Amino acid sequence: MLKIKNLHAIVENQEILKGVNLEVKPGEIHAVMGPNGSGKSTLASVLAGHPKFEVTRGSILFKDKDLLEMEPEDRAREGLFLSFQYPVEIPGVSMVNFMRAAINEQRKYKGEQPISATDFLKLMRDKRELLGMDSQLVSRSVNEGFSGGEKKKNEIFQMAMINPLLAILDETDSGLDIDALRVVAAGVNKLQTKENATILITHYQRLLEYIKPDFVHVLYDGKIIKSGGADLALELESKGYEWLINP
Amino acid sequence: MIEQQYIDLFENYRRDLDANSSEGMNRHRDSAFDTFKQIGFPTSRMEDYKHSNIVRVFDADLGLNIRNIPVPVNPYEAFKCDVPNLNTHTYFLINDRFYNEVEQRKSLPEGVYAGGMRQFSEQYPEQFQKYYTQIADSNGNGIVAYNTMFAQDGFVIYVPKNVAVEKPLQLINILRGGVDLNVNRRLLIIAEENAHVKLLVCDHAVDDVKFVVTQVTEIFADVSAQVDVYELEENSEKVTRLNNLFSEQKDKSKVVTSSITLHNGYTRNNFRFRLLGAHAEAHAGGLAICDKEQHIDNFAVLDHSKPNCMSDELFKTVLDDKATGVFCGKILVEKDAQKTLAYQTNRNLLNSENAQMFAKPQLEIYADDVKCSHGLTTGHLDEDSLFYMRSRGIEKEEARLLLLVAFTRDVVDLIRIPSLQERLTSLINKRFRGELMRCGNCNVCK
Repeated sequence: MLKIKNLHAIVENQEILKGVNLEVKPGEIHAVMGPNGSGKSTLASVLAGHPKFEVTRGSILFKDKDLLEMEPEDRAREGLFLSFQYPVEIPGVSMVNFMRAAINEQRKYKGEQPISATDFLKLMRDKRELLGMDSQLVSRSVNEGFSGGEKKKNEIFQMAMINPLLAILDETDSGLDIDALRVVAAGVNKLQTKENATILITHYQRLLEYIKPDFVHVLYDGKIIKSGGADLALELESKGYEWLINP
Repeated sequence: MIEQQYIDLFENYRRDLDANSSEGMNRHRDSAFDTFKQIGFPTSRMEDYKHSNIVRVFDADLGLNIRNIPVPVNPYEAFKCDVPNLNTHTYFLINDRFYNEVEQRKSLPEGVYAGGMRQFSEQYPEQFQKYYTQIADSNGNGIVAYNTMFAQDGFVIYVPKNVAVEKPLQLINILRGGVDLNVNRRLLIIAEENAHVKLLVCDHAVDDVKFVVTQVTEIFADVSAQVDVYELEENSEKVTRLNNLFSEQKDKSKVVTSSITLHNGYTRNNFRFRLLGAHAEAHAGGLAICDKEQHIDNFAVLDHSKPNCMSDELFKTVLDDKATGVFCGKILVEKDAQKTLAYQTNRNLLNSENAQMFAKPQLEIYADDVKCSHGLTTGHLDEDSLFYMRSRGIEKEEARLLLLVAFTRDVVDLIRIPSLQERLTSLINKRFRGELMRCGNCNVCK
């Protein structure tokens, strides 16, 4: 589904990614871990197409299409979803209008008719319940005045609404208390099927207690320096990153 | 001197001016004329007009319809108001005259007057003289003096004590002319104690000639009265609109105004709110969407002279192409106005490299126990918001439009007529999509 080869990326003339290789297949859950400043969020931003980052070398194929050639909106329509580390507040745009626009643009891309009002409301209600979100939140402006935890829940709510092929969750666990973490993890698990895949970007092993990864990768200084199974996360939890960085 | 031709015109046509107006209006012309001769039109040499050189728009060969030659138009045909949910009592001014061809049977509450100014000044001379030219101060304001010299008719709302007009009133100003025209129109709104009224004023230019319009609006809100005045400007690029709104409020009254410029040429809006009683509230909103070489200048003065009053100003501007925007907001808190709450917000969005915005907040506070704040920003659309929306599959242009409409949202929210809020949101949407090119009809009613 996703093939990243020798990816180099810069931001403000500083090279952050220095040759990342990663392959994700349908049905898989990958965890990307690593200390602060290793390039985890940059990798997520580059995949989503943030204009601030420039790819200088390497390639990314998504469903055998050149991802780097696509606008951010087309990447989303092809099935890529980024759960933001810092979701943006958009005063004046209601969650309802935002979601309806997102869903209808995706449907248009697939040559489908806009969603009917009743189907849309039902979808909203179902997914809201899945995440245990207050109906008040959904009637407000996008993320405006939401707490840190509510914003993260709202990201997963949007993911549930859009139902992407590949979800990239950038530090979704940060800012969540243990109850919220359980709800969010349960939501992610419910959305996981044989057809879609997830990349979890996280600092801590904590999230991986609730969402079981098939692969764990350690990103350090812009490269993946170690890959392994779910056990690797546990090893990192007890030993830290130091043994990998300075063996 | 540009003023000379208007001084000559006034002297030569004084008899015609009087003959086609009412005694009540005529008796104010002389003192206005004296003021005008002294101060003339404002020029950009004056600090308050630094970015709007008004005098130059009068340097033209403009006609004035002093003899009240009828303009062929039947607004009831042209502007049939049949929008669901926007149910108003509708009135028309053709240029500066009240349109009275058809007998209007309005089911207004007992004692309420809504109609032409000439007629009102004859029917209610006492009330008329109590307020006309008394709220709008022509001292230091050449446009008000000029308007008072030449105004021959206009629109009046008079709501007596304890009467609430539930259904909003709508005044549609239609500009028509075969030649370049100067139009001087006058509005007077009197709400007696505990009276309630809402007015929507729509400006439309029908013909593609140059119009220079001066408008003076006087609002009086007595104790516990509530007055809402919403103005919607949809003019052609050839229209200059010089608008002066003056409001005076007594104890516990509330005045809400909003001035929305959807399409214009050259606009200067002066607002002056005087809070003359305790516990009075004034809300002043403004929104302008300008592109090409359009010009918008909003100038607001909020004068607190009594304690425990509240004022809130919210002005927003969206500029594209080579448009120019100006905002100046003065808050004056006088010595006795303790416990004043005064807020001012001005946010401006520049969508092109060549658009320009000049903004200036001014606070003069002479009382020591007050809460006053002002916030001013001028910038571009937020890149992070744009990316966030695109990352959900929303086309860049569509995301931009959603953000632009969102930017205007809080100004629209100030309007206390829900159906008008909806209508405006849809018009603003169309405006940003370029589907509202030039007004040839009443868009509120279409």
